[in-house]
Amino acid sequence: MSEPENLLFTVDHEWVRVEGGTVIIGITDYAQEALGDIVFVQLPTPNDVVSANSTLSEVESTKSVSDIYAPVSGRVIKVNETLSTSPELMNSSPYGDGWIAVLEMSDEHELENLLTLEEYQKLIDN
Amino acid sequence: MAQKFQPGGRAGSIPLMDGHQAEPTIFELSVPGRSAASFRTTGVPFSPPSGTIPSALLRDIDLDMPEVSERDLVAHFTRLTHRQFSVDLGAYPLGSCTMKYNPKFADIAATAQGLTNIHPCQPESTIQGWLELMTTLEHYFCEITGMAGATLQPAAGAQGELTGLLIMKAYHKDQGRQRKNVIIPDSAHGTNPASVTLSGYTPITVKSGPDGLIDLTALKGLLDEDTAGIMLTNPNTLGLFEREILEISTAVHGVGGLLYYDGANLNAVMGIVRPGDMGFDIVHSNLHKTFATPHGGGGPGSGPVAVSNRLLDFLPGPKPAAIGENPDGSKRFGFVIPEKSIGRIHSFHGNSMVLVRALAYMMYYGGLGLTEVSQIAVLNANWLRKRISAAYPSAHDEICMHEFVASAAMLKKKTGIRGLDVAKKLLEFGIHAPTVYFPLVVEEALMFEPTETESLQTLGAIADALDEIAELAQSEEGRNAIHQAPTKTPVTRLDEARAARTLISTFDASIETARSSLN
Repeated sequence: MSEPENLLFTVDHEWVRVEGGTVIIGITDYAQEALGDIVFVQLPTPNDVVSANSTLSEVESTKSVSDIYAPVSGRVIKVNETLSTSPELMNSSPYGDGWIAVLEMSDEHELENLLTLEEYQKLIDN
Repeated sequence: MAQKFQPGGRAGSIPLMDGHQAEPTIFELSVPGRSAASFRTTGVPFSPPSGTIPSALLRDIDLDMPEVSERDLVAHFTRLTHRQFSVDLGAYPLGSCTMKYNPKFADIAATAQGLTNIHPCQPESTIQGWLELMTTLEHYFCEITGMAGATLQPAAGAQGELTGLLIMKAYHKDQGRQRKNVIIPDSAHGTNPASVTLSGYTPITVKSGPDGLIDLTALKGLLDEDTAGIMLTNPNTLGLFEREILEISTAVHGVGGLLYYDGANLNAVMGIVRPGDMGFDIVHSNLHKTFATPHGGGGPGSGPVAVSNRLLDFLPGPKPAAIGENPDGSKRFGFVIPEKSIGRIHSFHGNSMVLVRALAYMMYYGGLGLTEVSQIAVLNANWLRKRISAAYPSAHDEICMHEFVASAAMLKKKTGIRGLDVAKKLLEFGIHAPTVYFPLVVEEALMFEPTETESLQTLGAIADALDEIAELAQSEEGRNAIHQAPTKTPVTRLDEARAARTLISTFDASIETARSSLN
């Protein structure tokens, strides 16, 4: 699976899809491949206000437990409840049904800190 | 041939011989009214619990306990025993765990009647031998680690970590300092951040540099007035010695922080370098790992904590000590409570039989012998690292200490065979798997710790098996075999993801009965 166009990325292997003043976030295909079978997702709490790079949630695979960081600051307005019963969606559809949460951005300028597809591709190729 | 088990047991070994048949649980062997022990008379009159215990605390329904004869009980557990892999059976190069062979003389010492037929509540005058034993062990442990005093109470490494951090906290409080953070490298053992959080501090991660060692500049950037200390294991989990440890120690002490030594990797450095001389203030040792107690699967362990001079007053108590002289000039032993003690952290004095084994091991080998233990552990690790490096290059290609982290990343890229597959296939060679996917900083990590107790021939057999797996991975047929492995072990490839996603942690007789009727 290749990384879809029109997304932004973080160095921690998360993707961000901007929709108006909100962002949908998830983990990249590279991340799910590296983590292996994902068995549990600690979902963010709706309405929580988070700052960029703070811990948003936690993903547990058969290999390890990893933090998911907020790519931008904002308020959690929606979480993907399906992941609590079907965490494997993050493996099978990282850019689709495996999305984690929707944040309402508090500062759209923070998007400038994120990586483009090309920059992210370079990161994982190294 | 799948045989149906039945309640009442069957003292046969079919599950052992055909390999793959599940051993029933002890509950499934149960027959109502059967018992493994009965007392003709106890001399104690029977009194129903309702006469002495408040009714609110009594069960409404009978406790569903397995009822089996002694004969079936022994057969059940013996069959289970025969299905296990153990250090006594073969090589167990499980990195980070120091699964070395534990010599039997230590068991003999630990079962000596003079040590076992005794109770910790006896008067001190009647347990002088035990008190001398513990005081001697504390002295030897401090000699090995270069520290001033120690507590033997913690029951395992993780409890030792918590104890050490509580001592750190008590020290800062006593100094009138408010400290918040403990710095931990990204290659650290997972227990470190957990212990830090439990102690009320916040763990802060410092990244390793490209050489696998702590990035000193990054560390200095994190140190400030909020730093309570740093937790390190040296050699680190990559099996590499932190060469800048003296600079690290100066920097941490410079902001008033303390250095905590996670002694899980002590097997690499005994008699060669001491944590105290590196500048550490607090040291725990997983005594069971380095000093002759069989471990894995839940203990008992032991995690003594040694401290430098300035922390002596904070050690847990009561602790055994020489408190005077007998009329004949010999030492008299008793208990002391350090002045600012953080208190008791274990009932009585720790897991005592692990302490006996450790002292027996130290006395048997002596100082020079322990040094040789570490030297051979390091030599064995380097021999194996080099020998398998063509197919499984190490993350950091340099001299390692007692363990090393090889990587299956190259194999995966070329053949699709992952580290986990290599580990599973290795089981079919009668060799325990290495630790996989730890530390997290190495892709497809295979962490080997052969220990000093494996012979050159055994190391060769491990390497040959690994080569054979890499060779197998080159063909489609071979890859299929690897993906199915292990097929020869009592339990074959597990669906670990499904087990974790739909965890059933309790035994339900109705489900099990339905399952067995399908056999």
